Amino acid sequence: MFGFIAARLVTAVFILLGIVVLNFILIHAAPGDPAAVMAGEAGAADEKFLADLRTQFGLDQPFTVQLWNYVSGVIQLDLGFSYRQQMPVAQLIWDRLPATLLLTSTAFVISIVIGVIAGVLAAQMQGTWWDTVISTVALLFYATPLFWVALMASLVFSVFLGWLPGFGYETIGANYTGLARVLDIGTHLILPASTLGLFFTAIYMRMTRASMLEVSRLDFVKTARAKGLRSSVIQRRHILRNALLPVITLAGLQAGQIVGGAVLTETVFAWPGIGRLMFEAINQRDYNVILGVFFISAAMVLLFNLITDLLYGVVDPRIRLTS
Amino acid sequence: MSLLSFENLSIALPTGADRPLAVENVSFTLDAGEILCIVGESGSGKSMSANALMGLLPEGVTPASGRILFEDRNLLDLSEREMMSLRGREISMIFQEPLSALNPLMRIGDQIVEVFETHGRLTPPERRKRALELMHEVGLPDPDATIRAYPFQLSGGQRQRVVIAMALALEPKVLVADEPTTALDVTTQAQILALIDTLRRERGMAVLFITHDFSVVADIADRVIVMQSGEVVEAGTADKVLLDPTHAYTRALLDAIPRLSFHDSVPHDDEAAPILRVQDLSMTFRTRTSGIFAKPRVVKAVQNASFQLQKGETIGIVGESGSGKSTLGRCLVRLLTPQNGTVEIGGKDIAKINGDALHQHRRRIQMIFQDPYSSLNPRARIGTILTEGLIAYGSDKKAARTRAQELLTLVGLDPSAMTRFPHEFSGGQRQRVGIARALALDPEVIIADEAVSALDVSIQAQVLDLLAELKERLDLSMIFITHDLRVAAQVCDRIIVMQRGEMVEFGPCAQVLGDPQTAYTRSLLDAIPGKAHERALAAQREATP
Amino acid sequence: MRGFWRRYSRNRGAVIGLFILLAVIICAAAAPFLFPRSPWSMVQRPFLPPFTVDGLMLGTDALGRDVLSGLFHGARVSLLVGLVSTVVALSIGIPIGALAGYYGGLVDDGLMRFTEFFQTIPSFALAIVLLAIFQPSLGYIILAIAIVSWPPVARLVRGEVLSLRHREFVEAATLSGQSNLRIIIWQVLPNALPPIIVLASLMVATAILLESSLSFLGLGDPNVMSWGYMIGAARTVLRTAWWLSFIPGIAIVLTVLALNLIGEGLNDALNPRLRSRTP
Repeated sequence: MFGFIAARLVTAVFILLGIVVLNFILIHAAPGDPAAVMAGEAGAADEKFLADLRTQFGLDQPFTVQLWNYVSGVIQLDLGFSYRQQMPVAQLIWDRLPATLLLTSTAFVISIVIGVIAGVLAAQMQGTWWDTVISTVALLFYATPLFWVALMASLVFSVFLGWLPGFGYETIGANYTGLARVLDIGTHLILPASTLGLFFTAIYMRMTRASMLEVSRLDFVKTARAKGLRSSVIQRRHILRNALLPVITLAGLQAGQIVGGAVLTETVFAWPGIGRLMFEAINQRDYNVILGVFFISAAMVLLFNLITDLLYGVVDPRIRLTS
Repeated sequence: MSLLSFENLSIALPTGADRPLAVENVSFTLDAGEILCIVGESGSGKSMSANALMGLLPEGVTPASGRILFEDRNLLDLSEREMMSLRGREISMIFQEPLSALNPLMRIGDQIVEVFETHGRLTPPERRKRALELMHEVGLPDPDATIRAYPFQLSGGQRQRVVIAMALALEPKVLVADEPTTALDVTTQAQILALIDTLRRERGMAVLFITHDFSVVADIADRVIVMQSGEVVEAGTADKVLLDPTHAYTRALLDAIPRLSFHDSVPHDDEAAPILRVQDLSMTFRTRTSGIFAKPRVVKAVQNASFQLQKGETIGIVGESGSGKSTLGRCLVRLLTPQNGTVEIGGKDIAKINGDALHQHRRRIQMIFQDPYSSLNPRARIGTILTEGLIAYGSDKKAARTRAQELLTLVGLDPSAMTRFPHEFSGGQRQRVGIARALALDPEVIIADEAVSALDVSIQAQVLDLLAELKERLDLSMIFITHDLRVAAQVCDRIIVMQRGEMVEFGPCAQVLGDPQTAYTRSLLDAIPGKAHERALAAQREATP
Repeated sequence: MRGFWRRYSRNRGAVIGLFILLAVIICAAAAPFLFPRSPWSMVQRPFLPPFTVDGLMLGTDALGRDVLSGLFHGARVSLLVGLVSTVVALSIGIPIGALAGYYGGLVDDGLMRFTEFFQTIPSFALAIVLLAIFQPSLGYIILAIAIVSWPPVARLVRGEVLSLRHREFVEAATLSGQSNLRIIIWQVLPNALPPIIVLASLMVATAILLESSLSFLGLGDPNVMSWGYMIGAARTVLRTAWWLSFIPGIAIVLTVLALNLIGEGLNDALNPRLRSRTP
């Protein structure tokens, strides 16, 4: 188990390094002057400023030296400077990160819990009216663009019905403290988190249902029936645990999609996280911020992956005991 | 009154199946302490009968008429709830595939304890104690440690013992065993059969034993019923059915069993240059487990194998699974590249060559594969399958097709097969196509890798006859890899016995099998089922001049 | 072929999906004839609600553009981007997966690390980065979507090839002297095709979703009318003219739903083993 986790950690570090190199290559592959790219192309910088940048980042030096400078900068968490916002990118991201972590992890948990429960129910009632309803709803969610669901949800629940706030992270100017603040943030969180989780709920539901049906055809389920076990016990103890393995793998793979989806949800709901930051940076062509957010979101994905790997190890003794 | 009786049971298959009834009008009885074998080839309906008894028929398959009486109650009338309390308590079942019969995520002990728990027996500490006793009884090594093990940490035979322990936990009156030893090695099979026999003696348990293997029947059965296409064609005591069968189908099945009798091998001229010379061949697998810090797992699959094959000779390589016999075969045809040693064919070492050089010599040594269902590309026509090789070696299309038609005739198939797809043929016919393909390139040596193991016993006999005939006609030199010593005895001149990658014995067939020099070969021979039956047959032949 | 259609049509949803997709294809094909004017041109005053003016069935948007015309022209972009980016992704993923699965060992390790790298990167964020740095145009959009969507193809093909690699008919082909390339193309890949086809149909759906999301964020091709752009442009007027966001969204949902339904139908028809028992 220790070796397994250690190996995953090493892989994660290599992937992060790879992304740093990729970022560096992208800056240089972009059409135009890398200095202009870093400064933000829309004339945020004058000529003298660009010249300073070139010296500062050694853009007159050989490629490998530049690469080394860039990589070592990122390792010290120097993600560059946003000339648009006049702030270090790391600082910008650091300020916005908690909001995004709250949003994505809530969506992650909601989607897995609801998705797995719905999938189990659909599998148990396979072929019935309920199964058809659950499967059809999942199919619809699966086909719906994230940003559109977010828009429609804010339209219905915020604009038309006025039940929930459809904007921001907390009520501006209210200055709540303690529990009141937590509740305030919680109500603001409901719409973004549930719309972000919707698509993934559908994915986990479909996967769980398919996996439950697949496992229920395996030999050991027949053994369990031959022992005289009640079918509810067989479902829970024998089928569900085995069926969850591919769902956990999928959850790890989907973590990246959730972080990516946050860009859309945060944009629609004006959620002050790094996704919203990225959207603003896109409009302003603020490349350092875009690349910084990209790097941090990849790091978040690796963190989610590590958690699902750990979970997998806990559930599956073959991984826990062999490595 | 019997403990269990089937009365005119018929089982309906879903519409669209190849026949309306899986089982038709089956009647038999089973008494306490008795072993009844149901024998038949695949598709005979023998497993369906067992599943009906357990109330575990596959979806869409339903009992159509008849009764299954257990202690005067008709099981087909019971509710699912009543069946549930019966399963595992009064009637237990063990299955064919020990590797998949246990939940991979649950500890062995928990899976045994679950039986007591679900039927509400004993207190938790007592259940554990009882599980340990059961594990001891079925001969699992070190029960105190094994109780905490997961299935993947046990061998196939050990897992089958666990399944048996679960089945015995509540001392059922009837044990249903569905091909419980088919997936096991012959020595493990012998141990499991002995275990089942002991247990029914000690506990007076009735056993319904389902198998396709008449040799196993001969060793274990008190009474036998033979099934063919869903119907019982013959029933009686074991001695009666085995020694004096009345139905033609039973006779055919019995005749098809290979006997452990070896022909006098033609002495080969050892002075002549061998057609194949293998010297110090070694193959080691290194599997990297996940995790960069984990040590690679090293398996020495073949160690220092050396032998020579003379022209026109057949050498058998026998051994249990994991003995390295298949790896050795794959090194000879260079599907694998051995780390050490030489494989000389006609004086040319092909063990290390690659690319063009290998291409040139590859056609000289060809292989017949085990599984007729996976050895033919399901999306290619038979004509394509037989001509691909010839075309790859520069033959033109027309000549290749003519040659393919000749080959089909040679292996006893109609040349019209050329335009058809593999799925249109039976297993035996597919194996004939596989043989034709191996012959297509006029190889000097043929490796037959378990070439008849996947076939029903009657088909197996036909394919063995074909190989013998071809060997005679074409003067083939052959390496015959098999786990079945009786098949080896029938076709081989000399035999190599392999154990854990090493050649432990090598010599003329009659010497190795008639007067084995190592304990391992002796244990393999002792484990062959049906020997008592063979002796009885021999005695019978002597008695009736 | 008839057997294929019989198995496919047993899935009612799949047949419905096929009809919806056909309708979308017809719309896309008919767009230049029904709406010869550019969908960008102003035709009436802005914010006309649907069904109020003859000849402008779905009304006009914030700049007085014909919404129905935008929908028809948007269908062209969605289908084009979906199809082409899937083809590109397949042509990256299939060779990588096939080589990794067939050769195993170091080749497999190297290619799979590479694939894993791309699979771990949040794909939507990567697509944003690519489009933000290279100016948005249809070609780059397709390329960006293809770059983020090939890893699942490679993994699937690798898995299939790995399981076929040691089938005896592949070993037999090796022994009969056929080259590795020939074996991969003629023996292995045809047998791996059914799941690839199913995946491809789902990838077209995902690509359409991705394209609309990118256009929504303003990273679409500024010269091409697309559904995502229409929703993005109408976002600021959500309170006053909600139908401008609603209508293109329905078009996306229907198209993507149709492709998913077709994918399920193909799965039922091509992989009989996994056929679900529900009608």
